[in-house]
Amino acid sequence: MEQYPKIYLYRRIVQAKLFIDDHFADNINLDDIADEAFFSTFHFIRLFKTIYGKTPHQYLTTVRIERAKELLQTETSVTQVCFSVGFDSLSSFTGLFKRQTTLTPSAYQQQQLQRKQEISRTPLKFIPNCFAESRQRRETKKSNFEEA
Amino acid sequence: MITKMNHVSIFVLNQDSAYEFYVNKLGFKVQTDAPMGPGIRWLTVCPPEQPDLEISLMAITDGMMFTKESAEQMRNLVKKGTFGFGVFQCNDIYATYEELKKKGVEFTKAPKKEFYGVEALFKDDSGNWFSLGQKK
Repeated sequence: MEQYPKIYLYRRIVQAKLFIDDHFADNINLDDIADEAFFSTFHFIRLFKTIYGKTPHQYLTTVRIERAKELLQTETSVTQVCFSVGFDSLSSFTGLFKRQTTLTPSAYQQQQLQRKQEISRTPLKFIPNCFAESRQRRETKKSNFEEA
Repeated sequence: MITKMNHVSIFVLNQDSAYEFYVNKLGFKVQTDAPMGPGIRWLTVCPPEQPDLEISLMAITDGMMFTKESAEQMRNLVKKGTFGFGVFQCNDIYATYEELKKKGVEFTKAPKKEFYGVEALFKDDSGNWFSLGQKK
């Protein structure tokens, strides 16, 4: 058995964090999360913040925004993204998103879709030349990296 | 003058499996995923708080920097766990250890106090090993 301090505390906090990771889109609240870790709400918030640098609520918001960023790389509407990651208000979602990324969700989506299109059209623009050229020289002539 | 490193490569046996490991288990973010030809991608990821470091999950295939023979040699070396490609950092090593273990990451050393700090060792899905240390 591992010998490090308060293993049982760590396991319970990690359990709570993983609960947030799995259920971020649901209508969860702090009491649900604290219950998951078998702590009082106050004690839970304190321990969670010590370990993760954020309160459970702040962490939940971060997870939702990160998931929103992934969904906004598709053509899913901003409204649909907002509700599917667990926000219940488009204006709060937009405000929080902009605070974390400096862009509105629509601007972010536009930027990401444009980038995806460019990658699809001209992938070599996104690959460092040394690797792209090495690949292209493949069976034509010797490169610095091929063995004599 | 050189000011920083912005790309580093980790050689992997399979890019799809490496994606699953680095993105879904370790929680890294995808920076670029661009096709390079049949079956090969330019796939770069970064730790969540280090977006300016692109880690290329490099397929070992003849045609890039390898011949068919040296690619085979390299794959065998990677499978054997020859390479330690670096040291990762976390805010709390015990919490990170518990979480990654629960997600199926293989640790070869549990967190242990060394003279330089607390360290754990884990392997990726290809066999490469990494040190994990706690931020002071």
